[in-house]
Amino acid sequence: MNANEPGRRWHDMGGLGDDPAGAIDRESHDYALWEKRVDALMVLASSKGYFTVDGLRRVLEDMPREAFETQSYYERWVQSVTQNLMEAGVFTPGELGVKMEEVAARGETYGECSLGD
Amino acid sequence: MPPHDHHDHDHHHEGMSPSGHPYRPDQDAPLSYFQRMEIAVRELLVEKGVTSEAEIAEQVAAMDARSPALGAAVVARAWTDPEFKARLLADGSAACAEMGVPVEAMKLIVVENTPETHNVVVCTLCSCYPRNLLGLPPDWYKQRAYRSRTVIEPRKVLAEFGLTLPEGTDVQVHDSTADMRYLVLPMRPAGTEDMDEAALAALVGRDAMIGVAVPTA
Repeated sequence: MNANEPGRRWHDMGGLGDDPAGAIDRESHDYALWEKRVDALMVLASSKGYFTVDGLRRVLEDMPREAFETQSYYERWVQSVTQNLMEAGVFTPGELGVKMEEVAARGETYGECSLGD
Repeated sequence: MPPHDHHDHDHHHEGMSPSGHPYRPDQDAPLSYFQRMEIAVRELLVEKGVTSEAEIAEQVAAMDARSPALGAAVVARAWTDPEFKARLLADGSAACAEMGVPVEAMKLIVVENTPETHNVVVCTLCSCYPRNLLGLPPDWYKQRAYRSRTVIEPRKVLAEFGLTLPEGTDVQVHDSTADMRYLVLPMRPAGTEDMDEAALAALVGRDAMIGVAVPTA
């Protein structure tokens, strides 16, 4: 089996014997608050019916190999949650852009820019 | 008087939040693009009335409260109560709900280790995991290496975790889906005949319930 076989995308990782993935890095990190919040937003938005787990996965699985190699797990998740919420009509790309500018203008760090405690 | 000026101290407020509390360590690094996105999306959801800061904080707290201790309590009950074990193997979700551990909107399948068969759990497509029973998954569970190799060379993967199985043991690998999660019911270690349920639960770690380790007395 090969990661480059037709129809197989990067997230589909089972059994890639001739494309060795190497040893498992057993080092784990504690989840940061912003990561837990991304998770919470996914759970809350999906439990309220704005999108489903399948919707979350569709966006993740459409991401290119580069996203899986360079971005962290919750970096991919926050993009998928955002995309799904825009598709559900909760906010527009324009509203998101304005809000992201507003957030960045508050300061340099996550703590300064995040209003929640 | 500002709310946090009542202490008689003279240190600078560098590294302190506007409310006078120190920032969590993960909050004092430069803001990343995706953190900015999280803050923006969260605030838009609150402004639109989809959720509230309080509800988000409660959800984070609920997530923090979940840990492998919940799964370990289920395993210890199964070791000490044969009728519960039968119900757990027949319908994992219902048996867990009976113990006050809700397994929301998904089917839990409990797979039992025996002297003949060892079970291990993976999610090759993403990171499906019984979070209600074990908390959030460890980083390695989501890694490409674990996800790609476990289904093709499970014995080698298990050996890297320090678990070398006898040649004759059949290894069964269970690949999770978004709607179906697996929990491994490990074998009760020898020499634990006198232990009560709480003491037994203390022997059961997260890795044993994924199947990359076995509990020892």
